[in-house]
Amino acid sequence: MSVPLIETRKATRILPGIVPVTLVADIDLLIHEKQFVAITGPSGSGKSSLLYLLGLLDVPTTGEVLIRGRDTSTLVDDERAEIRLATLGFIFQFHFLLPEFTTTQNVMLPMRALGKLTPGQMKERAEGLLSSLGLEDHLAKRPDQLSGGQRQRVAVARALANDPPVILADEPTGSLDSKSSEQVFQILRDLVDRDGRSVVAVTHAIDLAGRMDRRVHLVDGRIVSDEMQASVALGEPA
Amino acid sequence: MNLVVDIAWTHIAARFRQTVVAVLGVAIGVGFSIMMAALMQGSQDDFVRTLVNAMPHVAINDERREAPRQPAEEAFDAAQIRGLTPATRRRGINNPIATIAALESWVPGSVTPSVQARGILRYGGKDVTSVIVGIDPAREPRVSQLVNHLKQGSLPALFRATNAIILGDRLAEKLGARLGSNIAMSAGTGKVMTGQVVGIFRSGVRAVDEGTSYVLIRTAQVLAEQTGLINEIRIRLNDPMSARAVADRIIADTGLKTISWQEANEDLMSAFVVRNVIMYTVVGAILLVASFGTYNIISTITFEKSRDIAILKSLGLTQATVRRIFILEGLVIGLAGALAGSVLGFVLTQVMLSIEIRTGFTDATRLPLIVAPLHYVIAGGIALASSAIAGYFPARKAARVHPVEIIRGAT
Repeated sequence: MSVPLIETRKATRILPGIVPVTLVADIDLLIHEKQFVAITGPSGSGKSSLLYLLGLLDVPTTGEVLIRGRDTSTLVDDERAEIRLATLGFIFQFHFLLPEFTTTQNVMLPMRALGKLTPGQMKERAEGLLSSLGLEDHLAKRPDQLSGGQRQRVAVARALANDPPVILADEPTGSLDSKSSEQVFQILRDLVDRDGRSVVAVTHAIDLAGRMDRRVHLVDGRIVSDEMQASVALGEPA
Repeated sequence: MNLVVDIAWTHIAARFRQTVVAVLGVAIGVGFSIMMAALMQGSQDDFVRTLVNAMPHVAINDERREAPRQPAEEAFDAAQIRGLTPATRRRGINNPIATIAALESWVPGSVTPSVQARGILRYGGKDVTSVIVGIDPAREPRVSQLVNHLKQGSLPALFRATNAIILGDRLAEKLGARLGSNIAMSAGTGKVMTGQVVGIFRSGVRAVDEGTSYVLIRTAQVLAEQTGLINEIRIRLNDPMSARAVADRIIADTGLKTISWQEANEDLMSAFVVRNVIMYTVVGAILLVASFGTYNIISTITFEKSRDIAILKSLGLTQATVRRIFILEGLVIGLAGALAGSVLGFVLTQVMLSIEIRTGFTDATRLPLIVAPLHYVIAGGIALASSAIAGYFPARKAARVHPVEIIRGAT
């Protein structure tokens, strides 16, 4: 089998303090290519904490997180930032777009930070991504001129800016109405089925989690179940 | 546009009013610093100019810096000498004509001999002590500003009357003498001569104006009862600042006591150093206070933008990139403040220059200010440096933001 995109080995994150708080413990997880993974669990079960560990936004207190087989536990902050920039795309519950920038400029941000494309190529790619998400009429608008669903789609486009193989989404539909939620879910679905990326999404929505390929369930910071969904196991279309 | 520049600019532009206030803070600091430096430097230069004009740049006299060594001291490592009667030495510089000729061959400036004697001037029953300087009216304009300082009379007038004398205005005032008055002068030798006042000068230096008088060299020699006496050679240099070096060489060459104008006014010179230290401390303090405005706005921006910083870092921006954004913001404020402050400083300097000061004691005068590019460079440089530092601390804090903490808080 190919090297997993992300792998955790006994990853544990404990918040230090007078009373240390264990966010996640002994997490062993493999994320392979073209997987649509739901991380579910009750509030406070450590879903987002696990996602932050997978996305190198946080560092495990013990254990390891490997990206494409490379151990990241010894890397400094800026080295982890470089891996994030090139390999991982983030979508948060709130869009977190920069309010002073237009949608196109927001999508161009990761490309500009990476600096591999010319300004013209960056603009072309950003507009292409936004158009593919149905935002071709909103290229020059600022975030406050868009609806919640539109903003979240801009955030998805920004996550795709550097063409990362993995998208990490933290409650991507959590702040959206049902129609927008469905739109965003379909976009994520397409990223896996059409583009061949992997998507790891934290969600409270059981119905959405049920439509993903794999479901990792957490309770009290530990994985209590990690199973492929029936639809995928049976080879049914999602 | 570069990403760092782009983000920095949006932050600054979005807080236009706060930015303007911070820029104004720096500008006022820079502007007043430039004006203050112009005033301080100008007054110092004016004072030094007056001082330098009022006295020779280098004065050589017939004294020796050290007492002559006795033969016993030459012969033995330790010698105790008692009841010694020192040999009477003929006063004056030995072979002055040859000495002057030698000096003229290399000194970059003008050289003139003179005779200096301490004496008493008497007029109308009043006795006033004075330094009586014997000069050559033809050479004198080359080494002193006496000709320019003359309020009444002229230098060639010294030739027109017997034992003619030129008095400082305060000295004339003390004596009650006027142009044409016949005053008696006597030196330590007991010789008394009568001379006519043919000129009155005002140098602006009180000690000179109330204690110095000028006669012909010949008159001073007669007064000192020593024909051919030259006990002082005065030098005016093309570059007054080279006086120390010239004096040192003359001492090495001739062994004569030679004093540069800087050495003669060492106390004042050291006072200027202290004055400059005070000035630059005050200027630094003004700009430091101004930099707090910059610090304030950058801190505010980093606080308000902590969520954006977290997002940028989560996207993959490095700490160094985040730090550069906020340092650049500080530098932009500093640069804008330095430029605006330079304009303000120039305007303030021109306004100060236009102010005419009138008092009952002096002629109308203007403030002595110097417009020096160095002042602009120093003030601007300090403003930029303090703005960069003011931006650095919030920038460092921003760069250390842990994205997870902010994102958790925001959600």
